[in-house]
Amino acid sequence: MSARLAARGVRVAYGPSVVLDDVDLDVRGGELVALVGPNGAGKSTLLAVLSGDPRPDAGRVLLDGVDLRRQPLVDLARRRAVMLQEARVSFAFRALDVVAMGRHPWRGTPRAAEDDAVVARAMADADVAHLAPRTFPTLSGGEKARVAFARTLAQQGDVLLLDEPTAALDVRHQEAVLARARAAARAGAAVVVVLHDLTLAAAYADRVVVLATGRVRADGPPHDVLTAALLTEVYEHPVDVWHRPGTTDDGLPELLVLPVRAASAAAPARVTEETA
Amino acid sequence: MSVDARAATPSATSPAPSAPSAPAAAPEAAGTVPRGPGTVPARPRAVRRVALFAGLGAALLVLAVVAAGTGQLHVPPAEVLGSVLHRLGLDVGPLPAHAHGEAALWTVRFPRVVMAVLVGAALATGGTVMQGVFGNPLAEPGVVGVSSGAAVGACLVIVTGWTFAGSWTVALLAFAGGLAATLVVYATAREAGRTEVVTLVLTGVAVNAVGGAAVAFLTFLGDTQAREQIVFWQLGSLNGTRWAYVAVVAPLVVTGLVAAVLLARRLDLLALGERPARHLGVDVERLRLVVVVVVAVLTAAAVAFCGVIAFVGLVVPHVVRMVVGPGHRVLVPASALGGATLLLGADLVARTAVPYADLPIGMLTALVGGPFFFWLIRRTRRAAGGWA
Repeated sequence: MSARLAARGVRVAYGPSVVLDDVDLDVRGGELVALVGPNGAGKSTLLAVLSGDPRPDAGRVLLDGVDLRRQPLVDLARRRAVMLQEARVSFAFRALDVVAMGRHPWRGTPRAAEDDAVVARAMADADVAHLAPRTFPTLSGGEKARVAFARTLAQQGDVLLLDEPTAALDVRHQEAVLARARAAARAGAAVVVVLHDLTLAAAYADRVVVLATGRVRADGPPHDVLTAALLTEVYEHPVDVWHRPGTTDDGLPELLVLPVRAASAAAPARVTEETA
Repeated sequence: MSVDARAATPSATSPAPSAPSAPAAAPEAAGTVPRGPGTVPARPRAVRRVALFAGLGAALLVLAVVAAGTGQLHVPPAEVLGSVLHRLGLDVGPLPAHAHGEAALWTVRFPRVVMAVLVGAALATGGTVMQGVFGNPLAEPGVVGVSSGAAVGACLVIVTGWTFAGSWTVALLAFAGGLAATLVVYATAREAGRTEVVTLVLTGVAVNAVGGAAVAFLTFLGDTQAREQIVFWQLGSLNGTRWAYVAVVAPLVVTGLVAAVLLARRLDLLALGERPARHLGVDVERLRLVVVVVVAVLTAAAVAFCGVIAFVGLVVPHVVRMVVGPGHRVLVPASALGGATLLLGADLVARTAVPYADLPIGMLTALVGGPFFFWLIRRTRRAAGGWA
């Protein structure tokens, strides 16, 4: 039960507004944890704290049992890779250059010999090999996100922190990116993914952590956590959880999480009640 | 417990590491298969890179020989080369035929040529590094006010006549002024790890205003001779360069250049943004401080004896970036070479455009650089979709 990445009593506040409050989180090697919750719940802030960016006002984050902030940046960079929500590159670097930047932590080590092969594989995995000569600012939003994902893979960290990696992607690439992230977990990596699509979270996550108003509301396997009652309360909008039978190989039905829509005949009265 | 639910679903891609590339039948994927990264795009940029270095290097050498021979006392290129080779101990080529030719070359022309090369390289490199750390092609020591900070320091020495550090006094105070101005710009123009174009330019306006006021005050304080010196120094000129000045500027420029080359990879990563750069192991805070010092050293070297020569640091990196791409490992040395060539050419024009007159070179570069800056603003604005 040794966690690769552990948050202990993390609290982050910007002035009077508390963004994270006493958050505990353990991520073990080999599992993919989906971080879900409404806007402003603190998902991105938690991911940022887990990656070592803002110093939490209280609590600490341990990577392999040692406080993140006590570890040299290069050591961290060789173990954990981070993909942020928004991919931006200041100058007209080519997609290939951007992905190759992911190899920086390995400069001067024997593993630098694999640079070209690793970069090529990462670009194939993210389906951006054909974009290699294009300059980054000319790419579409989804293509930028995939190049950023490839860069994250090229870093070869076995702790992956991905902030909404699928937000700008089409269905095919959403599935591909999460399948790749889960493959990394199966190979032993500890993976944390911030997601908005709860059906996607249910399909790919080993554990789902629900954040609301800066606190962990639930933490467990998707089938235990993603319930209509909890989601309806957390999202302040009626949510239905459907079970699609016979689609998985472990005996559990696939979860489909859908918002209840006012226009459908399902429950117009309930919506009016909730919003009134 | 295993929640590996989707692995066997026919519609989902298999989780093997190489798998999520796409269904094989996807039409747009078909054409992409044979292109491996690494083989595709390297060629054109590599060719352009070699062509640029070769072209600039050749231009610099030719310009240096021509510039050294040009002036009231004309020395043909063959004699210029012969004189240099003889000094190097090689008995090759003709010596200057004119009685004062040798003296003119070695006491007046060569120091000036070397100074133009050094100052041009310093200005262009300073601009490149500053643009890299701000992630913004409009950043330039002149535009954001570093040069005018350095100018205040230099003018202070002119007015007070201080010589506490010998011929290094001007450079030292220019460095102090430039460093102070860079720190002010850096502290005020950044917000949440990035610099808005408009904030940067307006900060430059403010810093330049204060610097201009300080120089005006010093001009007011100075005696007639100091005033005249300040006025001409501010116009920017390589006139009157002596070896003693070159001896001060050269080590500063070499130090700044070496540091800039060593910082190149980290500047590349900074283009991803500060947080991603950190995630890749770059100590961003330290990198910034080092860059601030490097920019101040290079600016001080350029400004100390030659005055404010604007826009070289803006134009050169931008043009070079368009030719060889934004990677700093190539951009920094190519910009240094480009800046040296440009300033040597500009100085030749300044000396020869009007007979028997030495035009201020700062005036020339601003004349060309001003419109370029305007064009660059328009371009950047269009790319950014407005000022935000």
